[in-house]
Amino acid sequence: MSVPVFTAKALTKIYVSGEVMVHALNEVDLDIPEKEVVVLLGPSGSGKTTLLNIMGGLDRPTSGRLFFRDLDLTDLEDRELTKYRRDHVGFVFQFYNLVPSLTAYENVALVTEVAKNPMRPADALALVGLEARMHHFPAQLSGGEQQRVAIARAIAKRPAVLLCDEPTGALDSKTGIRVIEALLGVNRQLGTTTVIITHNASIQEVADRVLFFADGRISRIRTNEARREAAELTW
Amino acid sequence: MKVLDIKLLRDVRRLWAQVLAVALVVGGGVATLVLAVGSHRSLEETRIAYYERYGFADVFAQAKRAPKALTDRIGEIPGVAAIDTRIAKPALLDIPGFSAPASAQFVSLADTGEQHLNRLYMRSGRFPAPGRTEEVVVNEPFARAHGFVEGARFSAILNGRKRELVIVGIALSPEFVYTVGPGDLMPDDRRYAIVWMSEKVLSAAYDLDGAFSAVAVKLQPGASERDVVRRLDALLDPYGGQAAHGRKDQTSHAWLDHELDMLNNMSRTLPPIFLLVAAFLVNLTLTRLVALEREQIGLLKALGYSDGSIVLHYFKFVAFIVVVGIVLGGIVGTWLGLHVTALFGDFFHFPFLVFAKAPDVYLTAGALSAAAAAIGAFRALREVVKLPPAVAMQAPAPPVYRRLLSARIQLDRIVSQPTLMMIRNIARHPVRAFFTALGMALATAILVVSLFTRDSMEHLTDVTYFLADRQDATIGFAEKRIANVVEQVSRLPGVLAAEPFREVPVRIRHGNVERRIVISGRPAAAHLRRIIDVELRPVILPETGLAISGMLAHILGVGPGDSVEVDLLEGARRSVTVPVVATVEDYFGIRGMMEIEALHKLMREAPVVTSVNLSLDENRTEDFYTAVKSIPTVGGVALQRVSWRTSARPSRCSSPRWRVSTRALPA
Repeated sequence: MSVPVFTAKALTKIYVSGEVMVHALNEVDLDIPEKEVVVLLGPSGSGKTTLLNIMGGLDRPTSGRLFFRDLDLTDLEDRELTKYRRDHVGFVFQFYNLVPSLTAYENVALVTEVAKNPMRPADALALVGLEARMHHFPAQLSGGEQQRVAIARAIAKRPAVLLCDEPTGALDSKTGIRVIEALLGVNRQLGTTTVIITHNASIQEVADRVLFFADGRISRIRTNEARREAAELTW
Repeated sequence: MKVLDIKLLRDVRRLWAQVLAVALVVGGGVATLVLAVGSHRSLEETRIAYYERYGFADVFAQAKRAPKALTDRIGEIPGVAAIDTRIAKPALLDIPGFSAPASAQFVSLADTGEQHLNRLYMRSGRFPAPGRTEEVVVNEPFARAHGFVEGARFSAILNGRKRELVIVGIALSPEFVYTVGPGDLMPDDRRYAIVWMSEKVLSAAYDLDGAFSAVAVKLQPGASERDVVRRLDALLDPYGGQAAHGRKDQTSHAWLDHELDMLNNMSRTLPPIFLLVAAFLVNLTLTRLVALEREQIGLLKALGYSDGSIVLHYFKFVAFIVVVGIVLGGIVGTWLGLHVTALFGDFFHFPFLVFAKAPDVYLTAGALSAAAAAIGAFRALREVVKLPPAVAMQAPAPPVYRRLLSARIQLDRIVSQPTLMMIRNIARHPVRAFFTALGMALATAILVVSLFTRDSMEHLTDVTYFLADRQDATIGFAEKRIANVVEQVSRLPGVLAAEPFREVPVRIRHGNVERRIVISGRPAAAHLRRIIDVELRPVILPETGLAISGMLAHILGVGPGDSVEVDLLEGARRSVTVPVVATVEDYFGIRGMMEIEALHKLMREAPVVTSVNLSLDENRTEDFYTAVKSIPTVGGVALQRVSWRTSARPSRCSSPRWRVSTRALPA
């Protein structure tokens, strides 16, 4: 078995709101190996996004440890976390989060300008099948196209991990399937470890493993013997 | 170009109206600073250059008749570098086609052609030829006002004798940059002239052969003006000398100083208002932009952009605005500065203009604008740094509102829901609401400041011409006259009322502070030339004691009940102690006022007058003009009503305020 990309030990996150303490993550232990496609499933408030944010260096745990390979993310300063995000993590968000005043090409270039060993923005867009639309502004693209631009932007830096928060949440099934296809294509071609949060149970079929979340804990883990292709999905 | 810079340019294009608005306000601050400081410096340097090139004197003195032999003794005073003695006399003019009597200051020109001090800048023509009794040089403003060129003729009553004069030259002098006739409050170039003529001719006209009546002195560098003035006074005393004085008390110089001071004040009042508003607007614009781009800021952080690079991005946005403002303000300020300098130069009739190069003004204006913008941007940029990426990318939590009043009071029953939203928004951001109100207040302040000048001028004219100096005309005499001249003048055609007026030059002192002023004597209950207090009520002068301008009281540090030392610079030249009995609001300089009989007693002289104030019958002014021109002892006539009509806008007469004021005039 290859070295895990992420190793979480008793990872805990507590939010304090007034006098109420919310255990968003409750002593989670987890290993995610290289190149794996992991789907996180669970109801709202079960801790999926909190885990993703901590893995992506956007948030810090209250206690416990999280390692990215040999790097302990829990002890990093803000500046080191920024560098970690810049060098290793690609994000895909539910609402795409494209900069509306930049074209598809420029949105991708936003990442390639600061990354260490990026691919060319045009190549990243070609990987998601958008080479013909690269000079369009977000407002001129459909929802699916915008999400694929977001995927191109996330993979352009050749990240070690791709963290996707509800990437199909705002899309219809046909478009959602194209986006999942794009994510799996990147995973196949670049070997990027991919973590996908979803509410959509159908998507679990494309994963190597499925982590079921409930009340800040991983309640169950399912390993798929064989991943299904995106084209085979329906919802 | 970096992608973030492309975003910046597109943001600027999208928000162009806001960007332009803030840039214009920044530009306003820069422009007023560059305009005021630039033109002040240019005019100051022009004045310095003019004074230097044309030998403007440092000390001036008048005498009745001082022998020329005294010149050498004046030259022996330590600190004196150059002397010019001359004859200077006031006279009445009679100009063809111009019925109102005009006055002039006649000044002699050395027949040797040598001018040491206060040299003329000849605009056109030549100096009077030796021996030609009718040839004169006149000052350019007077020539221009009448359309005179070389060869034009007019008459003057010199020492009681009418003479035909012909203009051979038109000139400017550093001594008469600003000319205002005796008894007048505003310059009127049609009715006041400076006339230079041959010393030989003028001395013959005034029986001053081998004598002089005025002296100008240039000091050596580092010389004590006070010392020279004291010694000069001592030398001229036996010859009817009036107090010598420095440039500070020279009319033209003092007015010029005052005008330049106003420009200087403008540079200190307007730019800070603009810059405060600019700081506020930058804060408002950037705070809104940061709030709107909250998700993008979070995204940039998630993508691995450092806080510094994101702050730099928004800082560039502010810098762009400021740079546009500075460039626009610099260009407009420079253009206006050149324009204003030329305008002032024309107004003061400077023979040339020196445009001062002032790179430091641009740097200061730029630095102040940048500082104002940085202060305005600080809070918004701090928000950028504080915003965690994970939080930024989520929709912001609903802001916390609270009830304004007790739950029992149902505010929504009193006001509509939209109004309630508005009230709660204001209550939620009290600081922002305060600064919004402050910004509007400052914007209004800019308007008020600019409109205030006009209003204050109106008030000043109103008080001066309709409450205080209500005389239609003032006849000034070349020499003081015994008081019964008032009765003679009152018999002139068209004269409705006549009041005596006497002026005595003095030095007034309290402790170490000393000023040179004129004490004017007038009847206790003067009807025409009245004294008005702060409440705009007429002041009845007491039988003894001195009333002084409020500003003079402030300068000397005295008030009613205190005593001041007064050196009388005329007649017996005694030094006396006089009680201050009142302080009076005064819009035109500083002066002292006494009841005229009390002034005679103080001077230990029989009743005399230096001028007579008149109320005229409007229908008989032409008769009055003709009559007054034939009085040989008249040195000048000031026509206050004519001055007011030419300087005030006619439309104002119809305003209710003016109607009330005119009703107060004697029927």
